[in-house]
Amino acid sequence: MAHKLSIFRGLVTFKSNIQKIWGVLVFLSIVTAVEVALGIIKPSFLLTPVLGMKGLNWVFIILTLVKAYYIAWDFMHLRDERRSFTSSIVLPLLILIPYLIFILLVEADYIYNVMLDGFVSWNF
Amino acid sequence: MEATTDIVENESVWGGGNKPLNASYGKMMMWFFIVSDALTFSGFLVAYGFSRFKNIDSWPIADEVFYHFPFLHGIDAPMYYVALMTFILIFSSVTMVLAVDAGHKMQKTKVAIYMLLTIIGGAVFVGSQAWEWKNFIQGEYGAVETKGGQILQFVTADAGERVSLESFASTLPTDRAQHTGDEGLWFVSESSLPTYSVAEIQEGFLANPDLLIKTEMIDATTGHKIVLDRAASEEKIAQAVYVVEGANLVRNEYGNRLFADFFFFITGFHGFHVFSGVVINCIIFFNVLLGTYDRRGHYEMVEKVGLYWHFVDLVWVFVFTFFYLV
Repeated sequence: MAHKLSIFRGLVTFKSNIQKIWGVLVFLSIVTAVEVALGIIKPSFLLTPVLGMKGLNWVFIILTLVKAYYIAWDFMHLRDERRSFTSSIVLPLLILIPYLIFILLVEADYIYNVMLDGFVSWNF
Repeated sequence: MEATTDIVENESVWGGGNKPLNASYGKMMMWFFIVSDALTFSGFLVAYGFSRFKNIDSWPIADEVFYHFPFLHGIDAPMYYVALMTFILIFSSVTMVLAVDAGHKMQKTKVAIYMLLTIIGGAVFVGSQAWEWKNFIQGEYGAVETKGGQILQFVTADAGERVSLESFASTLPTDRAQHTGDEGLWFVSESSLPTYSVAEIQEGFLANPDLLIKTEMIDATTGHKIVLDRAASEEKIAQAVYVVEGANLVRNEYGNRLFADFFFFITGFHGFHVFSGVVINCIIFFNVLLGTYDRRGHYEMVEKVGLYWHFVDLVWVFVFTFFYLV
């Protein structure tokens, strides 16, 4: 079975599939370590809000998506599948999940403001 | 450009046995199950995000809830334990890929060894989650709840450290006993009573002038929970109606009621996936040992359960981010 043995757009190429697996493990471990380190240190320059959320939270979310990409592409070997098969799996998720996030978080923010500005006290 | 189907000449396209998209039926269906399960999990996580954005200025801070580490009792170690759990799960994913790889080469013994390692990794992860739940349910410090459902925690005035209820609660004579079916109304049940009554907490708090109340509200500039001054604390403690120790599905000592509900539901649903993954892996493991796939000529079943197992890992990556980091 032929495997595509390069990651990072061909920047790193491995000799065998087994070596690639260990390489991806090292990469995922580094990303997790960076996440934990950032979570413990909480650098102050990352705590300023960017697009309605702390900058640090955006860093965490982007790093999570990076990890998810490598788990799906190398561990679940989507990299070795047909393009059309990969798309039929990934596209529904890429379309539906951001949509769901968008409508629910906007609604939640609206409810937050109603409860904040309303004439009812929630803190008693 | 890769085509969707192979063009097969001189063969009956309609005779069955084709593999559209070059994936077998079982593998494709496993993938589409994973897609639907991924949507289920995103529904849960987005619902969690909804509740969190709705209570954005009072949601519990993860570092103040999850700080336990085995054998380091009383030491504040936020995140290290879940980071370890994450690593265990990623590592068991790696042994699973190695099993799939050995399966392609028809190496029965190697597949069996790697499957066994994967099962052990999964079992260790489920055990770790059970320990995490135990700490969460038990709680450590305790808190009181006001009539409006706000959780009030207790901290020292000088260092701002959490104080447990037992360290300051006074003892009052009380006639209140646990209601049991054989000594009262047999059709009425009561959950176990807290160790202290509200009056005992209130009196103990008033007798200790170096204690302050920590509210649920987050200070937007510092990102910490707001601590009331002594006068406001004394006013607030009078509003307490419940003593909360640990967590259940109704109330928890960490803050917003929904927080514990989502914690139990999402990590529980994920833990159930891990558990079922371990069971399925065991079945495949014994089939490998019995030589079922050796006789069949291919180890595709290992690849299919591998996909499920990696998916469980993938979900944990998101749960880890949204419960412990963000």
